[in-house]
Amino acid sequence: MRTVDTRGLSCPQPVLLFHQAIAENAAEPLDVLVDNEASLENVTRAAANKGWNVVANDEGEGVFRLELRK
Amino acid sequence: MKKNLFATTPGVIVVGAVIGLIAVGLQKLGNPANMGICVACFERDVAGGLGLHRAAIVQYLRPEIMGLVLGSLVAAIAAKEFRPRGGSAPIVRFVLGMIAAMGALVFLGCPWRAILRLAGGDGNALLGLAGLATGIWFGTLFFKRGYSLGRSNSQSVVSGALFPVIIVCLLLLYLIFPQVPGQPQSGPLFYSVKGPGSQHAPFIASLGLAFVIGIIAQRSRFCTMGAFRDLFLFRYTHLFLGLAAMLVAAFAANALTGGLKFGFEGQPVAHSDFLWNYLGMVTAGLAFALAGGCPGRQLFMAGEGDSDAGIFALGMLVGAAMAHNLGTASSGTGIGIYGMQATIIGFIVCLIIGFVHSRRA
Repeated sequence: MRTVDTRGLSCPQPVLLFHQAIAENAAEPLDVLVDNEASLENVTRAAANKGWNVVANDEGEGVFRLELRK
Repeated sequence: MKKNLFATTPGVIVVGAVIGLIAVGLQKLGNPANMGICVACFERDVAGGLGLHRAAIVQYLRPEIMGLVLGSLVAAIAAKEFRPRGGSAPIVRFVLGMIAAMGALVFLGCPWRAILRLAGGDGNALLGLAGLATGIWFGTLFFKRGYSLGRSNSQSVVSGALFPVIIVCLLLLYLIFPQVPGQPQSGPLFYSVKGPGSQHAPFIASLGLAFVIGIIAQRSRFCTMGAFRDLFLFRYTHLFLGLAAMLVAAFAANALTGGLKFGFEGQPVAHSDFLWNYLGMVTAGLAFALAGGCPGRQLFMAGEGDSDAGIFALGMLVGAAMAHNLGTASSGTGIGIYGMQATIIGFIVCLIIGFVHSRRA
């Protein structure tokens, strides 16, 4: 399982890291860790645009694990 | 988790339109023409009100600045999004804030005012917006090279709350030492008796309407810099549609209320030096991009507990004061005596910051 950790990063870096990850492998499932709602929304929107299904799991203390699946 | 309607594309379009309408409303209520809300200009006025610069025509503790931050703070707390954080290259952000303010004051406006100026018919705003887009485009080149100021960390509640507390202190100062009609000073505060600083909406309207903007902008993540950046970087139109809605709404409001005046010459609080209108905003746009938000967005993030954004805003406050003290700020008659130097030096400093913080540099 790939995990991209974007905690502590602000826009546009989480979305850029998502794009980078899917450029390397466009099909393999991917988890993205975010720690603010703006990044959660941005990554979710970007992933949905690229045809990924996104499930957000609240990991507590403001951190969400976004499970991106084709 | 619950859906945040403001952060949908229709949501951000409505928010942009509401900001445009409120801005024109504030102009009708007394704010300077095409300056219903300008974060750079108003931070400059706040700096003047505190006596950080002594340009007598731009001194007023603008309640709009306080409303924007406090609205965002309340919205963030209500949505459980207030999260104290910071520690991502603070001094770099301070310097970027200074450069951003100085560049914006060569053009005479932040991105919000560039939109409001265009919506009022000021053709010079086209140069400013083109410069803004160019500067942000330079910023996206750095992002493609892996530019990052580093991760922020969770911080204490005090750290996250300090910027809003400073804002509350400004509000208290304003209330304790209110403007005395015709007097340039009230206690320690300075109040313009003529010029743009003397033109302002009633206190309650300024504070209240900006508070509303603070709430909806925090919820929607409205950002004029992000609008161009996401368009260039990802071909995303989400935020750009919000910006476009602000322009359309303000233009329509001006058209309906007789606020349109097309042309380049004699525009309110503006000069028509094409080259420096453009270049001033190139520098400012690059600084906004490297710092991760337009001046308004930085205030909203500061309200959410982001102390790095607070430091950027304080950098803008100091930069705006310096712009007047050092003669780099423009006026209606043209650019300042050292406006060119400030624009070029600021741009070079931004380039250095960009290269040094790019992984693949």
